[in-house]
Amino acid sequence: MRTRPAVRAGQYTALLAYLAFLVFPSLWLLSVAFKPPRELGSLHPTWIPKNPTLANFRQAFDEQPLLHAAFNSLSAALSAAVIAVALATPMAYVMARRRTLLARAASGWVVVSQAFPFVLVIIPLFLVLKELRLIDSVPGLVMVYVVWSLPFALWMLVGYVRAVPVELEEAAAIDGAGRLRTLVSVTAPLLAPGIVATALFAFITAWNEFFFALVLLKTPEKQTLPVVLTHFIGAEGAADLGPLAAAAFLATLPSLVVFALIQRRITGGMLAGAVKS
Amino acid sequence: MRPVSGGGAPHGVADRGAWFLVLPALLPILVLSVGPLLYGILLAFTDAQSGRTEPTRWIGALNFSDLLRDTLFWESFRIGLLWAVAVTALQFLLALGLALLLDQDLRLRWPARALAIVPWAMPEVVVGVMWRLVYNPDAGILNETLHDLGLGDGRDWLSGLATALPAVIVVGVWAGMPQTTVTLLAGLQNTPPELREAAAVDGAGAWRRFRAVTWPALRPVALAITALDFIWNFNSFALVYVLTNGGPGGRTRLPMLFAYEEAFRYGQFGYAAAMGCVMVAVVSVFLALFLVGRIRGGDGA
Repeated sequence: MRTRPAVRAGQYTALLAYLAFLVFPSLWLLSVAFKPPRELGSLHPTWIPKNPTLANFRQAFDEQPLLHAAFNSLSAALSAAVIAVALATPMAYVMARRRTLLARAASGWVVVSQAFPFVLVIIPLFLVLKELRLIDSVPGLVMVYVVWSLPFALWMLVGYVRAVPVELEEAAAIDGAGRLRTLVSVTAPLLAPGIVATALFAFITAWNEFFFALVLLKTPEKQTLPVVLTHFIGAEGAADLGPLAAAAFLATLPSLVVFALIQRRITGGMLAGAVKS
Repeated sequence: MRPVSGGGAPHGVADRGAWFLVLPALLPILVLSVGPLLYGILLAFTDAQSGRTEPTRWIGALNFSDLLRDTLFWESFRIGLLWAVAVTALQFLLALGLALLLDQDLRLRWPARALAIVPWAMPEVVVGVMWRLVYNPDAGILNETLHDLGLGDGRDWLSGLATALPAVIVVGVWAGMPQTTVTLLAGLQNTPPELREAAAVDGAGAWRRFRAVTWPALRPVALAITALDFIWNFNSFALVYVLTNGGPGGRTRLPMLFAYEEAFRYGQFGYAAAMGCVMVAVVSVFLALFLVGRIRGGDGA
């Protein structure tokens, strides 16, 4: 099937327009992050800083407890990801392999949970966590993140389990392996890449999360990166642009790196979970 | 951890094993998700407030009848619907175009895919911050570009009464497009190319090929991602919180922002929960429409 040159040219133009739209804000963020204050105040800003500087980064660390916040984000996101996957994997296995009422109810809940407005969930959670004295603490936030990332983790893991042929497990059983042995030495190794991808995705979601962190964490030393970032913007909306851009750039790096690693698997997993067997 | 079987295991034993595997996830779901949801619905019928010493009382549907007369809330609700419909529709159209392009045999395909996921990985707060830098009236690149192109001196996009909502919608589209694109692209690649080629050999034009071959195969994926996009957009919070915080004059105050302020600035837990219930009701209608559509459409597909 040959495409006419005029059509091809049109396609390339459209693709370049898309790329420009998707990329230019990020480039601008980079540009602002490396500009000295004088250039930021200029009436005619340029794309490329004339005198690039790291001063904004230094100032960002001076103005806000960024390291502290990064550590809070890291511990919250890591714990949430590990716990969520540990809880979800066995359940996903059951949901994928058996057609019990429970498995179907769980699949239904995965869909319904997407529709919750957070505000309806956060008020009762706020009251419950207050009773448990877990307000304004990272462990309290981790609990919320675990439950909040379970639907998606289940959704993806169910897809990955379905991709492991039942015949393999049956063959192992015929060869005399017990159920536990089959799960550990046949199913688990095949699932491992999917489990890692799911955990990393849960990590990114928790690392990026803002709303729950904003509501639950009040003490500045306990807040996560996204919440601390908003402190750069003053009450009147005025912001110190350079340090703000520098901090925003740093906060994005971990998500970008992790996301680049798993992007293919995430898409595959989302679709696999959606396909009914 | 015994028998969880791939099929025909004896039921009694197998189900006990299944329960054992399911409970670790089920308990937190019940305690921290289903429970709070029900609790939240109950709260909507009380006068619960933050930091009050008197016990909370049942007040029946009073919150809802107050809400019915709360013109500010309905204005916010209207803005929320406008935002969700606009963002979802634009997201879908643009993403479909990009997915169709990426499905072609073009040279820039690989870098395009890599770059296109950046908005997906970014924290929403960073997306908001970044676009504030773009829209900034003095130091922003948008006004500078317009100036260079001779299109006037630009304006303060996020504080203008007329421009704030469209400006925010553009950001919403930008942030949500990659996920929709990637999903649609995966859907496209699941449709057999032989079908399209056969149609082309039969002399069908591009539009007919799309209508007759590509779209029917893509429709289930398209419906699913659009329904999810709508729900996510309607419940969105962080982007607009960072960009405008609901301003100017409430022009971008999405229902989530409204309910957040009601609950955590004014401490009106019961009233805010009632708002949450109304939002759930709306989203449920859309979810139901989507499910009905899928069941009907399923006959043909």
